[in-house]
Amino acid sequence: MALLEIRDLHVHYGAIHALQGIDLIIEAGQIVTLIGANGAGKSTTLRTISGLLRPSAGTLAYDGQSLIGQPPHEIVRRGVAHAPEGRGIFANFTVAENLAIGAYARRDKGGIARDLEWALTLFPRLRERLTQSAATLSGGEQQMLAIGRALLARPRLLLLDEPSLGLAPQVVQTIFQIIRAINAAGTTILLVEQNAHMALQTAHYGYVLEVGRIALHATAAELAASDRVRRAYLGVA
Amino acid sequence: MTKLLQTLVDSIAVGSLYGLIALGYTMVYGILQFINFAHSDVFMVGAWLSFLVAVRIGGQTATVEPSVAKALLVLLTAMVCCGALGFTIERLAYRPLRQAPRLNVLITAIGVSLFIENLGQLKWLFGAMPQPMPRLLPDRPLFALAGVNVNLLDVIVVGTAAVLMLLLNWIVFGTKLGRGMRAVSYSPPTAALMGVPVSRIISFTFVIGSCAAAAAGFLYATKYITLQQPAHETWIRLGLKAFVAAVVGGIGNIRGAMLGGLLIGLIEFFGAAYLSPNLRDVYVFAVLILVLLFRPAGILGRATVEKV
Ligand SMILES: Nc1ncnc2c1ncn2[C@@H]1O[C@H](COP(=O)(O)OP(=O)(O)O)[C@@H](O)[C@H]1O
Ligand SMILES: [Mg+2]
Repeated sequence: MALLEIRDLHVHYGAIHALQGIDLIIEAGQIVTLIGANGAGKSTTLRTISGLLRPSAGTLAYDGQSLIGQPPHEIVRRGVAHAPEGRGIFANFTVAENLAIGAYARRDKGGIARDLEWALTLFPRLRERLTQSAATLSGGEQQMLAIGRALLARPRLLLLDEPSLGLAPQVVQTIFQIIRAINAAGTTILLVEQNAHMALQTAHYGYVLEVGRIALHATAAELAASDRVRRAYLGVA
Repeated sequence: MTKLLQTLVDSIAVGSLYGLIALGYTMVYGILQFINFAHSDVFMVGAWLSFLVAVRIGGQTATVEPSVAKALLVLLTAMVCCGALGFTIERLAYRPLRQAPRLNVLITAIGVSLFIENLGQLKWLFGAMPQPMPRLLPDRPLFALAGVNVNLLDVIVVGTAAVLMLLLNWIVFGTKLGRGMRAVSYSPPTAALMGVPVSRIISFTFVIGSCAAAAAGFLYATKYITLQQPAHETWIRLGLKAFVAAVVGGIGNIRGAMLGGLLIGLIEFFGAAYLSPNLRDVYVFAVLILVLLFRPAGILGRATVEKV
C-alpha cells in the first residue's frame, strides 16, 4: 500500500480551478518530486494534503485513511509535516523556539529531545544560533530551520515546498544533501521544486504539473531523459 | 507632596485595572487583528456578577463581614463565568465569521456589545438600577507615607492585578500553550502546520482575556462600590480607556498593555489633579492621538513590517 494516494483531486480558490483532477501516489521510503512552472498548483497540492485547503472533489488517503476534513494539527499528529513555501519562520521566536514549536503535537519528551539532537546534527549551524532571534538568520539558515522544525514533528511523510528558493547554489547543494540524508534515515519525502534539475537528481520518482493537471509522471531518471521535460524544465534546447 | 503621592496611589490603582482590561483587547487583536468591542461588556458583567454573588453569599451591604475567603470565592466565580461568556461569544458570534472581512466582525462585535448591555438590564439579571457593592474586603488605612494614607484596599487591588498580570505573562511567554498563542498571532496557517490547534488557541485567548476583564470588574466594584446599570456610559468609558491603553502600549503586545494601562492611569489622574478635573478624558485621548502620530505601533509595538 502506498503511503499517500491522491485520486482525482480538485481544488478551487473561489472561481479559480487550481487543481483539476490530479492523481499522485507516494510509495513509502521514496523521494517523490512534483515539478512545474510557477502557478501550476504545486503549493496548492501541498496545502491540500496538510489540511489548509479543502478539496472540492477527490480522495486523499494517507496510510490507508482519508485526510479530507481533518484539521491541519491532526494531520501533523498523524505524521505529515509541511515546510511551507517561503519557509514560514516565526521571526518573533528564537531559533530554539522555532524548533520546539515543530513538536507541538507531541508529548513524548524523550523522543522530542532525540529528534532535536538529530536536527541539530544535520544542521550544525542551527546549534550555534539556538538562542538567537530567528529573524537574524540568513536565507539558507532559515531554510535549514524550516526543515529542522518539520523534523521535530517526527514525520513519516515530509512535504517540502521549494526548499531551494532564493538560495545560492552552494547552499542548495547542502540542502539537497540533507534531504537525501533525511530520506535515507527512513522519512518519505514529497519535494516540490521549480529547480527541476536538482529535484530530478535527488528524487526516485517525479510528477510534472502543468496548470492544475499532471502532465507526466515517471521515474526521476526517465523524466530527466525525456525531451519534453528537458525542453520545458531543464532548459535544454 | 501629599497631593502628588495621593495622585500617584490613585493612578496606579486605576491604571492596573486598565491594564487588566487592556490585556483582553490586545490578545484578541494580536491573534485575530480585530477589536473586540464587546470586551468592555465582559468587564461590566464581571463587576455585576461579583455584585450578585457577593449579595448571595453575604446578604445586603452592611451585614457582610469582610472576608478574604468570600472575596476570593466571588472573584473566582466572576472569572469562571466571564471565561465561559468569552468562550461563548467567540464560538457563536465570531467563529462563523473567521473568513469574513474584518468590518463584518467589527459590526458583529458592536451587536454583541449592545445585546449584552440590554440583556443585562433585565430584571432577573442585573436590572436597570445602580447598586452598591457589598464590602467584601477591609478598607482601612494600611500605613501613612508622608501624610498620605495608603489603603489596604488599594494594595489589594494593585496586588491582585499584578499577580494576574504576572500569571498571564508566564502563560504567554513561559508555557507551551503560550508559544502556541504567539505562533497563531504571528501566522495562523503556519502555526496550524506546526500542529498547533488554531481554533482551540483562539478560544483559549478569549477565555483568559475575559477572565482578566472579570477580575478587573471585581476589583473595580470592590474599590468604587457603586455599580452603574449595565448600559451606563461609565462602563463604555472605562472600556475605551483600557482600549486606548492597549493601543498606546502597542496593540497585540501583552507587556505593552500592562504598561499602557499604568500610563493612562497616571496621565488621567495627574491631569485631573494638576490641570483640570473636567478634562480627564481629554488627556487620555490626547495621548492616544500623540502616540498615533509619533509612534503608531505604540510604545512597545514593533512596526508591522516583520511579517514575512
Ligand atoms: N490564495 C489564493 N487565492 C486565489 N488563487 C490562488 C491562491 N493561491 C494560489 N492561487 C492560484 O492557484 C494557482 C496555483 O497556485 P500555486 O499552488 O501557488 O502554484 P505553484 O505553487 O505551483 O506556483 C495559481 O493560478 C494561483 O494564482
Ligand atoms: Mg508554490
